[in-house]
Formats: sequence, structure tokens, C-alpha cells
Amino acid sequence: MEKLIQDLKVQIIAQLNLQDVKPEDIGDDQPLFVEGLGLDSIDALELIVLLQQQYKIKLSNAEDGPKVFRSVRTIAEYITAHQAQTA
Amino acid sequence: MIQQQKIVKGGSVVYESAEPTLLAFLAAAYQQLGEKYPKFYKMDNLSKLGWLGTEYLLKGFNKTKYQAEDMGVVLSNANSSLDADLKYLESVKEMASPALFVYTLPNIVIGEISIRHNFKGENAFFITEKFDAGLLQQYVSNLLNDDILQACICGWIEVFKEDYKAVLFLVEKQKIIGESQSFTLFTIDNLNNIYL
Amino acid sequence: MSAPVFIAGIGAVSAIGNNVAEHVAAFERSEAGMGAMSLLNSVHSGQLPVAEVKLSNPQLAQQLGLKAAVSRTAMLSMLAAKEALDSAAIPGLNKLRTGFISANTVGGMDRTELFFESFLADPSRGRLKDVIHHECGAVTELAADFLGVKDYISTISTACSSSANSIFFGARLIRNNILDVVIAGGTDALTKFTLNGFNTLMILDQEFCKPFDENRRGLNLGEGAGYVVLVSELVATMLESAPVCTLSGYCNANDAYHQTASSPDGTGSFLAMEGALQRANLTPADISYINLHGTGTQNNDIAEGTAIKRLFDPLYPHMSSTKSFTGHTLGASGGLEAVFSVLAIRERTIFPNLRLQTPMQDLPFVPETMLIKNASVNHVLSNSFGFGGNCSSLIFSKT
Repeated sequence: MEKLIQDLKVQIIAQLNLQDVKPEDIGDDQPLFVEGLGLDSIDALELIVLLQQQYKIKLSNAEDGPKVFRSVRTIAEYITAHQAQTA
Repeated sequence: MIQQQKIVKGGSVVYESAEPTLLAFLAAAYQQLGEKYPKFYKMDNLSKLGWLGTEYLLKGFNKTKYQAEDMGVVLSNANSSLDADLKYLESVKEMASPALFVYTLPNIVIGEISIRHNFKGENAFFITEKFDAGLLQQYVSNLLNDDILQACICGWIEVFKEDYKAVLFLVEKQKIIGESQSFTLFTIDNLNNIYL
Repeated sequence: MSAPVFIAGIGAVSAIGNNVAEHVAAFERSEAGMGAMSLLNSVHSGQLPVAEVKLSNPQLAQQLGLKAAVSRTAMLSMLAAKEALDSAAIPGLNKLRTGFISANTVGGMDRTELFFESFLADPSRGRLKDVIHHECGAVTELAADFLGVKDYISTISTACSSSANSIFFGARLIRNNILDVVIAGGTDALTKFTLNGFNTLMILDQEFCKPFDENRRGLNLGEGAGYVVLVSELVATMLESAPVCTLSGYCNANDAYHQTASSPDGTGSFLAMEGALQRANLTPADISYINLHGTGTQNNDIAEGTAIKRLFDPLYPHMSSTKSFTGHTLGASGGLEAVFSVLAIRERTIFPNLRLQTPMQDLPFVPETMLIKNASVNHVLSNSFGFGGNCSSLIFSKT
């Protein structure tokens, strides 16, 4: 889980072009949207692309977005749960 | 005016760099400003160019003297959002990128400028084969004379791969007495002379 | 300055008809134009309904009398603009200063896609002729040549409010005595480019769209073209049949919130509607019908609805989104909906908002779900809002 969280931080920074942000700047439980990292709806869609490209997980219902993308940890949990399911 | 790795305001060079690519030049010019606006990195090159251009253009401009609805943006170019269109098409081969698709309209740069400076007045984007000073002068003069706007950013903004040129004008209806800046009359000839 | 600008003619092509009369008939039957993809070749065929014009490219070329098909965007433009100009039947047109102001967002992308298909398979192939009309301006030039308009030609590209903007730009050119006649509106053809793009934004409904429904899931893309012929007061007096309405108000504002999303309180929409009313010298109570932007996305409908509530509460006019018939035709939508606004006045009809079952909880009003005939329609407000925060409202008034 810890490695996954670290990987995700690097991937999120690359996917979303967060050039001034370093992986260590993002807290595991820090909110990603609005008051946290300040991400917006387009970033959410890019995160969906990231999940699909890197982890082959398809989030088809956009309404799940806010729950899954609350923090890096929630994304990691979602990936772990999903990979366990398909394995 | 931004072209050939130079940013020129009112006839004098305000920023110059030797960066080899447009992307690097835009990033360097942004960093030099010392502004914290992380969204800059997510923009396409057309929006970056417009955003940077207006940062320099509006330095020293006191926008608080106007209502947000009284300030607008009218821009033009020949290639619309072709640069972003091609980058988006490139992404489709693997997986279509929503963040790139967002920029496949030419007026998104106007949106970025409006968001940054809280301009809520009329805005328009024209596609013309080449810089059409007559069209801009007529359109913007009408906006000011009819009191639809009090101040307007207008001009030409074009990016295609490594070719780029932005020529932006800030036009105000009222000449403000006592401000030290020099003024140029908003005429077709003056626009053409500056553009060249 | 306050000289009125009259609507002398209208022309339309969309999924519900190839001319204005077919649109009226489709509205009367409450028959939507969406369906499975039949002309567009896409991987999403079968999953995503679209609202295609029911003419293939060869059929369009034949109907227009062209030797060979050109960009679909241009052919749709020619068809609707020609109908508008013919219906205006302006005597001595060749002696008047005439302009063509057209909007589009995709340009000749349809031909470019064709080119790339063969080009990518074999770089020595691919017809270069297919890409020369790629840019948006070229589409306007093609249609202007077809119409024989030379005096003034201009292209506006401000996303989904493009053609509303071209209409009020045309009105200004007349008011400032630069032109006598302007054919104004817009066109857009369906392309894979836009379909894939909107799909990545996850705002396409996999079923037929339900604008202003609590359970709306997004929009359906459509295609088409819509134009009005604007004339000066002097030209209006020369017409054989008196124009049914004027363009009495218009306003454009920027939402200054986000590239694609509307602000929660619909600031830009509010400013556009308020400004158009002021220009027309009308109060909200004067409006008989609002042709909503109403795309069917979560974000647009609540923002637009909130702005309407702020401006109109507690007295609401009739409202509907005709995108429930035509899909969202992007750069053409403002032009098509201007035509529908004129039709509402001419036919004394309020068009229904199809498939609305559950009204939105947060709004105190409900758009019309049934066709209303013999309605008293004096002033129609038409909303068009686009990405980039570009918001426009037009007002048409009965003469």
C-alpha cells in the first residue's frame, strides 16, 4: 500500500502537470480537490484516464469520482480493492 | 507583443530568453514573473501565450476603476486551435485526454484571461486569414462607443508548433489624466504599425 | 443606434428536418431526431446516440448542385443559408451591401479525418484536397462563394455560443450602417473529434438526453446549421411580406469561472440575460418564452436554471430546451435556436421539452413538456452558453 501511494503521487503529478508540486508535498490523506491540491473537474477526468491507463481499472460512473478521488489514500484503496476483485 | 523569444511592451523589451523551444520559453517567462498560478502548466500553448501576454499588458493597469462586466476580450487568429487539436488527436491514439480536449477551441484562451483578471464583459474570437486591424478597430470601437465596455483587450494570438506571435492591445475608452503612461490612439494605422 | 433590425428570412437543417417546414412538422409531432449512428463512422457506434442530419454527403452535394462533396460543415451551411436567403426574397439584393457572418467550431475536420485515415495507412496516399478546408474560416468562404456574398465575410468561433454571437454581430453591422443585409448564424458537422472529446468529458448521455430533468445524464451531440437574414429598417419596408419579428436585444458576457464548467450561480448566464433585456428595454415579465441553452448536463442546467431563478422569480415564462429534439449542435445551436425563436413567434407555438419526467428539485419552475398552440408569443429569449465562459442571450420581438 505504501509503495502504491508513493507511485500514485508521482503519477498524479505527471498526469496533471503539477510542475511546482513534489511528491512529498502531497499528504496521504490530504484532500485533492478544491481546498486541498485545488484540482478541478477536468483533473478528475484525467485521474480516470490515469486509472485506466496504469491500472486497467475503468471507473465508468463519474459520480463515484468524488468518493474515490478524495485523497491519494482513497485512490490507493480503490485500486487495491479492484485488483483483488479481478485477480 | 510576444514573438521570437521576446516580450515587448510599449516598444521596450521586458523579457528575453534563449530557451530553445516555445514550451521552455513560456515556462521561463512564467517563472520570471514570480506569480503562483499552478494552472498555467495545464494550459495549451495558445492559452499560455495569452495568459503571459496579458500579465505583462495589464501591469500598472488599475482594473478596480471598472466593473467586471465593463471589461472584455476580443481576439483573432488564422489557425483557430489547430495546435491543441493536433496534440489532442495525438493523445487519442492511446487514450483521449480530457485535459487536452478542453483546449481545442480558440476562445478558451479568452476564458483563461477572463478567469485570471475577472473580466466579465463581452468577448469574441474571430478567425481571419491574416491580422485584420480594420475588423478589430471597428468591432472594439463599437463596444466602447456604445458603452458595452469601458476597457477591452484585443489583438492577434497565434500558435502552431514552434511558430507563435501574440500582439495584444489594451484599449480604454477614457483617457486617464495624470497617469504617466503614454497613449496611442486606437486607429487602424497604429494597430498595423505596431503589429508589423 | 436604436434603429430596429428585422428578421427577413430563416433557414435550418438538423436531425429533425432538412428545411424549416420539416422542423415545424417535427415539432408538431414531438418527434426527436436522435438515433443510432448511421453516417458517422465511430467506435462508439451503437453505444452513443447522436442527432445526425438525414442526408449523406453525396446527397447533400447533389441537392446543392455541387460537382463533388466538400466539407460537410460547409454543405450544411450552404443548405440552410440558401434557404434563409431565398425565404427573405429581398428585391434588388445585388444592389445592397450584404454580409455573411458564420460561426463554426469544427471547420473542415470531417474531411481532415478522411484524409488521415488513408494517409496513416499509406503516407503516399491521402488526398491533400481534403485538408485545404480544415480551418474554420475556409468553411465560411466556401459557403459565401456558393451564396455569392462578397461585401463582408466573417467567421466567429467561440464554442457553443458562436452562432448567437454571429447574429448580434450582424445586427451591429446593420445598426452602424455598414451593411444592409446580413445572413448570420452557424454550422457544425458531427465528427469523431468532437464525439471522442465530449466522451472523455463524460457528459454524453448513452440514452436520449433529458434536459432539465433531475436525473439528466448529459447531452447528445447533433449537427446542423441555422441562419437568419437580418435587414435594416429601410430594406424591411421593401419586402413583399412584412417581417414577423425584430432582433430587439442581445448581450454577451464572460462567466470567468472555469474553461468548461459554468459557475454554480450562473453569473455569465445571468449577466447575458440581464444585459439583453436592458438593451431591448424590456422587463423579465415581458418575456413569453425562453429557448433554453439546456444541454442536459448536470452542470449547465443547474447553472442556467439558477440564473433564470435569480432574474425571473417569481413569474416564469414558458421555457423549453429544443436540444431535446436536435441534440446539441455546438457551433450551430445558437443559429438553429434563433430560427426556432422566430418560429415560436410566427407559429404562435411553444415547443415542448421532450422526455422531462422528474423536475429538478432545486428549481422552482418546470419547462413545458407538451406542445402549446395558439400561444401569445411576443418576446422570445434565446440562451447560448459556451466553453471558455462565453455566454450570449438574444431577444426576438414580434413586430
